Order: sequence, then C-alpha cells, then structure tokens
Amino acid sequence: MTRYARRAGIVLWKDLLTERRSKESLNALLFFSLLLLFLFEFALGPDRERLRAALPGLLWLGFVLAGLLGLGKSFMIERDNDCWEGLRLTPGDKSAIYVGKLLGNFLTMAVVEVFVLALFGLFYDVDLRPVLAPLAVVLLLGTVGLAAVGTLFAAMTAQVRARELLFPVLLLPAQVPLLLAAVSATQSLLLGRPLAEVGHWLQLLAVADLVYVVVGLLTFEFILDA
Amino acid sequence: MSAASVLGWLAVVALAAGLVAGFGYAPREVVQGNVQRIMYLHLPSILAGYLSFIVAGAASVAYLVTKRLTWDRCAAAAAEIGVLFAALMIVSGSIWGRPTWGVWWTWDARLTSTAVLLLTWVAYLLLRAMVDDPDARARFAAVVGILGVAQIPIVHLSVRWWRTLHQPSTILGPGPATIDAAFKLPLALNAVAFTLLFAYFLTRRMEIARLEEEA
Repeated sequence: MTRYARRAGIVLWKDLLTERRSKESLNALLFFSLLLLFLFEFALGPDRERLRAALPGLLWLGFVLAGLLGLGKSFMIERDNDCWEGLRLTPGDKSAIYVGKLLGNFLTMAVVEVFVLALFGLFYDVDLRPVLAPLAVVLLLGTVGLAAVGTLFAAMTAQVRARELLFPVLLLPAQVPLLLAAVSATQSLLLGRPLAEVGHWLQLLAVADLVYVVVGLLTFEFILDA
Repeated sequence: MSAASVLGWLAVVALAAGLVAGFGYAPREVVQGNVQRIMYLHLPSILAGYLSFIVAGAASVAYLVTKRLTWDRCAAAAAEIGVLFAALMIVSGSIWGRPTWGVWWTWDARLTSTAVLLLTWVAYLLLRAMVDDPDARARFAAVVGILGVAQIPIVHLSVRWWRTLHQPSTILGPGPATIDAAFKLPLALNAVAFTLLFAYFLTRRMEIARLEEEA
C-alpha cells in the first residue's frame, strides 16, 4: 500500500516539478480563464441581475472549458522522449500512475477554480465570502469527477490522431450529471441556502465520483498498454 | 436457412403482428385519439435501446477480461443498434409530443436523460471511427462503453432531480402498471419484435465486422 502511494506520489511530484520549471500549462490556463470571464460578460451584456442569475452555470462552464484545455494535455508530455515507454515499464500496479496523474490534474483544476472564483467575485461584484466553506465542498466533489474522467480520457486521446476533437466529444457527455448536480448545488448556496439543503446533490456527486474513479482505476492499465 | 435468417423472419412476423395489433386490435385512446398509437413504436424502441446499450457494456467488460475480438465486435454492433433505437425513440417521441404537449422538444427529465444517453453512445461510435489501430480501438472503446453504462443510473437520477412533464413510467415505474390489457398486447408484441430485430441486427452486424477484419 505504501509502495502504491509512493509510486503515485512520484508521478505527481514529477509532473509538479516539470510544471514548476516550465510554467507552461498553468499560466496559459489562468489566462484562458480570464478570457472566458470577458467573453461571458460580452455575451450577456452589462445587466448585473442577469449575470448574477447565470453565475452558477457560467462558473461551472468556465471550469469545464478550462478542464477541456488543461486535462486534455496532461498526458502529452509523456509522448516526447519515449516517456510513455517509461510509464509502461513501471513495475507494479499501473493504476498508481492514474492516481498520480489524477492528483496532479485535481490540483491544477483547484488552482484554476480558486482563481476564477476570485475573478468572478471581483468583476461581477459578488460577495462569495459567506458561502465559501460550503461552496468548497461542492467544488471539491465536482472537481474530483471532472478530473477522474478527464485523466482517463486524456490518457486515451493522447494516443489518437484527432486528439483535440475527440477529448471534448468524450468528456462532455460524461460531465452532464456532474454539471447538473454542481450547478444546482452552487445555485442554492449562492441564494444563501444551507449546505444541508443540497445534501442530495452532494450525495449524487460523491456517488458519481466514486463510479468514475473506480472505473478509472480498473481500466487505466488497458489504456496505457494500448 | 441459417440461424440469423430464422431470427430475421421471426422479427418480420412479430413486427407484422405488432402492426396489426397496434392499428387493428388496440382501441382508440379516449383523450389523445389515434396519436397515442405511436406509443407502440415509442416504448418498444427505448426498451430495445436500453437492451442494446447494456449488451454493449457487458460485451465491453467481456472484451477487457478475455481480449477476444468477438466481444469487441459484439460491443460495437450493439452500440450501433442502440444508437438506432434511441434515435427512433427520440424521433417518435417528438412526433408524439407535438400534438399532445404542443412542442417538439422539451427539457423534461426523461427526454433529457435519454438524449444524454444517445450523445454518450454517438461519442462511442465517433471514438471507434477515429482510432485506426484495431487493438487500441477495442481497448479504448471498451473503457468508454463501460463508463457509458455505469453512468446511466447517475444521469437518470441527476436529470430527474433537475427537472421533472413526461408521465411517470407506465411499465417500469413503481406501483402496478396503469395500463389496460387492450393496450398491453400490441406493446408486448412490439417489444418482442424489437428484441428479435435487435438479435437479428446484432448477428448480422457482427458477421459483417468479422468479414471486414478478415478482408
């Protein structure tokens, strides 16, 4: 078990180190989120009320779009210098690699989400501070599911010609239940409802996360070996 | 005559019987009139659609476990047939919805969740079309197929909580079925006919896939 955790940790550490040195994806992702914010504003116009009503949906749409960019390339660095062979030759359970990549993707998305949330608060004049704690629970559960499916499909599409096309086509239908649950829960929380009132959505998110992570763990080695 | 041909002819006979029962035997529905008869196509096609997707999911698991290409062909064939039946269900539902609800489409729970199901499996077929290496294609498709079935209950629940216009399920819903026997016969006949049709398509499609691979 400790060995398994160590292997996952090594993959995570390697990815974080590469990212810290190259600062490639995170900078681009944060900039992309900022662009999205402007696009939403231009699309909806200056009406504050309308924007605020659409806020929960826009927020999650932003996360998913950032996820399409960020998660989709999480296996691309393995394509160079025969890194893929290195991953395949790793001893032991291959799902440890999945766990490591999943954690890395989760962290990336978490940084992007905190950034987007802060920008939304700033630009759209919404005070998010009172709902921050319950909102964090929804974000956590929603992001695990997004990262779980995203990591799995990223490993798959990294090996396919039409990667940029196929990744969103596969990921978006799988995101529908998570999106519905997360947007509904976020909406209730922003209206000032207590966390207990969205309990059913949180349960659904947790079950979806569990299903997606378990399928990912069980099937990852088949994707890596292809 | 081969087993597949027998299946095909049985399906034709059952479909003909279903048509006669639907238009001849079943009474005219009091409120909706003749439009209601579309149910005899609508409901069996979604049953056959679910059957196809579940077969596709099971065949995907079987492929990853055994690595036998037959299972991959089975999953691919079942997915194609499932998309066909699911599309038939959505089109027939739209034609039924227009005169009874006044709209072609509405974001009701059941409509949305079956539409999401259809999207998932169209994505599955797109994936198959985009991967050239047969071994990689079979593995990737199996993983997407398993996810596609695993998420059915989650999608259903989420969409139901999100929005609930469609009448509750007549046949599969909780409580005893609220449908008169006179309406049930054509439904049952067509359900059998569509299942036979599914089996016939499946055997034929798998055979074609096998021949394609050999060629």
